[in-house]
Amino acid sequence: MRDTMVRSAGKILHRLAVELALPLGLFGLLLAVSANSTNFYFPPLARVLDRFDALWLGPRFATDVLPSLGRLIAGYTIACLTGIVIGVPLGMFRPLRRAAEPVLEFFRAIPPPALIPVLVMLAGFGDTMKVAVIVTGAIWPILLNTVEGVKGADMVLDETCRTYQIKGMSRLWNFVLPSASPQVVVGMRVGLSIGIILMVISEMFAATTGLGAAIIVFQRSFEIPEMWSGVLMLGLFGFALSVVFRLFERRALRWYYGMRDLERRS
Amino acid sequence: MARRLNSISGFLLLAILWEVAPRLGLADPKFFPPLSTLLVELFNLAATQEFWGYLLSTARTWATGLLVATAAGVIAGLAIGLVPGARTYTHSTIEFLRPIPSVALIPGVILIFGSRYQSGVVLITYAAFWQVLLQMLYGLTDIDAVARDTARSFRFSKAGFVVHVAWPTLLPFLFTGIRLAASIALVLAVTAEMVIGTYGIGRGIVVAQTSNAIPAMYALVIVTGLMGVGINVAARAIEQRVLRWHPSVRNAAAI
Repeated sequence: MRDTMVRSAGKILHRLAVELALPLGLFGLLLAVSANSTNFYFPPLARVLDRFDALWLGPRFATDVLPSLGRLIAGYTIACLTGIVIGVPLGMFRPLRRAAEPVLEFFRAIPPPALIPVLVMLAGFGDTMKVAVIVTGAIWPILLNTVEGVKGADMVLDETCRTYQIKGMSRLWNFVLPSASPQVVVGMRVGLSIGIILMVISEMFAATTGLGAAIIVFQRSFEIPEMWSGVLMLGLFGFALSVVFRLFERRALRWYYGMRDLERRS
Repeated sequence: MARRLNSISGFLLLAILWEVAPRLGLADPKFFPPLSTLLVELFNLAATQEFWGYLLSTARTWATGLLVATAAGVIAGLAIGLVPGARTYTHSTIEFLRPIPSVALIPGVILIFGSRYQSGVVLITYAAFWQVLLQMLYGLTDIDAVARDTARSFRFSKAGFVVHVAWPTLLPFLFTGIRLAASIALVLAVTAEMVIGTYGIGRGIVVAQTSNAIPAMYALVIVTGLMGVGINVAARAIEQRVLRWHPSVRNAAAI
């Protein structure tokens, strides 16, 4: 008993060592190589970390990171809801889908940043524009994956529902949405990373507040260590959100992973 | 016939709406010019040298970035996927670097390249590299166990294994990666032009907007959309052609 505990603890430690070896090694290397850097554009990492501590763990977190996060959440939520609400009927009714598909393919192909000037013209430089930019970019993967997910539902389950006369809302809640959900979540994951990129671009374009604005202002005023610390903050921001999303995915699709593992084992 | 009508009905409806709404005053024609005005503007633009300069510049940034990203992704993918143990050691680093938004590199590339086209190439390479790399890694885990053991029984050399077993398994995955990377590359090419000011369509859109040339702005946005559609269609066509022999393409054609 104790033996196995010791062994499993050793296993965890070993795994941790394997996972952390390369990141820590790279970090150490960068720290050492840049320590005596006199290059104006690439200051020592230690100085960047010092600035990071002073800026982003201090007042800037509330004045820049939180507004960015707020806009991202607003835009992303709207994109998810509209994407699913439009995607479900398109997946269910074939004539509707055939009519809409070419139009959607075209709008999806427009690089979302190209719409920023259009939205600036319509909504100015405020929050509305920035949220709208996030929505116009993040909605496409969610919408198209919802359509695919609803369309590709299991035929046997579909016919079973028909046989048992499960219709309307009950069909939607108990069959259509759950069977589409794995694919919808794939779309939501892609949508989130596009949303983060657009959050930053919209802020860089209309530099007022937010993470993207702060970075570009530092760059323009040649406050280089501050700028790199902002880049670091942005990287951690993206990483943290992807971790949060993975936790959400694990929870929301627990039944699906369980079923898949069961199928694989058999 | 009815089916074809069905699939163009969406476009027709959109076109009619876009034409009629501004003319009837349902939408402000200053902000939403009727479609015919945009199309005329598009034809006028197509006659200017500047337009083709924009287009070629964007295409060059796109192509260079995609090429570099694909090459880097393939090489890194083979190295990480085929060297034993490399995957477990690099896993956490990949998972940490991948979600970093490529736009975080914008200030850095401005300092190094300024508004030259290489700025866009760096952004594209960073964003598109992950798509190719991840698909390569998926592909390498997907190698058929029987094929692998057969190759081993026949004492294939490492090179022979890569050429005859790994590569054919990889190709469909690689193409998916390149297809995803190609559309992301266009997004970042336009982004670089808009935010950094590299010469190209993105800057054309910004210039049109700031000088209040609304129809020209819409026309250029439509052009970026057409480029995106063109890239998707071309990527899918090439995929179908190169992977003619692959079951996923053969079966799709049969149905």
